[in-house]
Amino acid sequence: MCGIVGLFLKNETWRQQLGALFSPMLIEMTDRGPDSAGVAVYHAHTADGGKVTCVHPDAAFDWAVLVARAQAQIGAEIVVRQRGSHTVLKTADAVALADFLRADCPQIDIVGVGDVIEIYKETGLPAHVCESFGVAGMAGTHAIGHTRMATESAVTTAGSHPFSTGYDLCLVHNGSLSNHNRLREKLTAHEGVVFKTENDTEVGAAYIASRLQAGRSLHQALEDSLNDLDGFFTFVAGTGGGFAVLRDPIACKPAVLAETDDYVAFGSEFRALSSLPNIDSAKLWEPEPAVVYSWEGQAA
Amino acid sequence: MNRRLQAPEKVTDFRILRPQGAHTLACGLNAPLTVRIAGHVGYYCAGMNKQATVIIEGNAGAGVAENMMSGTVRVTGDASQSAGATAHGGLLVVEGNAAARCGISLKGADIVVFGDVGHMSMFMAQRGRLVVFGDAGEALGDSIYEARIYVRGKADKLGADCVQKDMRDEHRDELRELLAAAGAPEVNLDDFKRYGSVRQLYHFNIDNAGAY
Repeated sequence: MCGIVGLFLKNETWRQQLGALFSPMLIEMTDRGPDSAGVAVYHAHTADGGKVTCVHPDAAFDWAVLVARAQAQIGAEIVVRQRGSHTVLKTADAVALADFLRADCPQIDIVGVGDVIEIYKETGLPAHVCESFGVAGMAGTHAIGHTRMATESAVTTAGSHPFSTGYDLCLVHNGSLSNHNRLREKLTAHEGVVFKTENDTEVGAAYIASRLQAGRSLHQALEDSLNDLDGFFTFVAGTGGGFAVLRDPIACKPAVLAETDDYVAFGSEFRALSSLPNIDSAKLWEPEPAVVYSWEGQAA
Repeated sequence: MNRRLQAPEKVTDFRILRPQGAHTLACGLNAPLTVRIAGHVGYYCAGMNKQATVIIEGNAGAGVAENMMSGTVRVTGDASQSAGATAHGGLLVVEGNAAARCGISLKGADIVVFGDVGHMSMFMAQRGRLVVFGDAGEALGDSIYEARIYVRGKADKLGADCVQKDMRDEHRDELRELLAAAGAPEVNLDDFKRYGSVRQLYHFNIDNAGAY
């Protein structure tokens, strides 16, 4: 089944309360996916570089030595912040840092890299996951979340959503892709993508990342996926300044969108949206099959 | 809530406030009640309804009035997929749009939609009637049996075995009655086109035997 939610704030009004608005949406979807939960939070842009969100299998891992080595290698300061089981490393060049970590300490799982994205995911009930990362206290421009009922791969933190395979890109998915093995081979052979899990959604995320890399917009990348992805899916995808929704042409998987002057919200079911401010006067609709809905750009 | 509605004592008028998208509200009713629900509901609202009038003042999730036997269900907003699926009797009115698979496997109920219906609506519908003021999505009436469909807008992608048929006086009368029962806005009956089964899928075609 799985539940997915997304909240994209269109202006400054609610940005300090992003997490407070978002976490009840995620928790409301618990009975669609009690196995694990995850969120991608897009924080406001800052001038001082990007972030790498990572998980070390050893909870007691001492980051100081590694960070000192990384600083020497990339020649930039790294700020370490612990949130639950995840560690966010902030530095001027997040890509260089991620490359260093992959080479130097392969047991680290890098769950997100970007200017503004931070990804947190863990097995267990959504309420516990939100609490362990302090999601309710987070500020930002948009957030995407997933509650997982595992079908295609094991219940592990690595198999949890969201999947981020591109810079500031993240995808959550309800459904299952039937051609993910073939597509995985293609992306590995032609684009050099390295997959970390057997999860079909990771393939979807990598596909969208490869389309973005080819110069397509988020909207266009999702349109492309209608030609190249088989199966049933509702996708919610985020980029640094964008938010998009797509349902497959059969539209098996449920989806509701709501829009006001202040936000766009997505839920697998309406009840995920019912706690949002001014939801009673929001424009509400069920996304049409095979139609991409996208919102781009930061508010001034 | 449902337990109270399913075994009502003296009260016959109910109002449910702040449903917040809850599932299976007002299901399995079997008494001439009126239940007004002020807000959006989740899945399978008013499923298996008998006798009752259920008014949803908002949108409905998947499977509203599924397997209804009699009574009336009215949705003032939009309905999600599979509205009125397998319903045997009664009337479902959707004042907004209904999504995919509206009236799938309909078995005798009537459905009136003031807006559009999504793809695969009336798939394998056996009996009953669907009236659509707006457009119908792809594969309307695919593999339909003896159910009837009236569409005022576009219905140019019919499903297998579904064809446009003549509107005779008896059909105009039928449509007039359905619109009156639904409290529909006034329109010219001649704007509607009728669709139904051409009955080619009813019979085994010996020429296809080699294909099996």
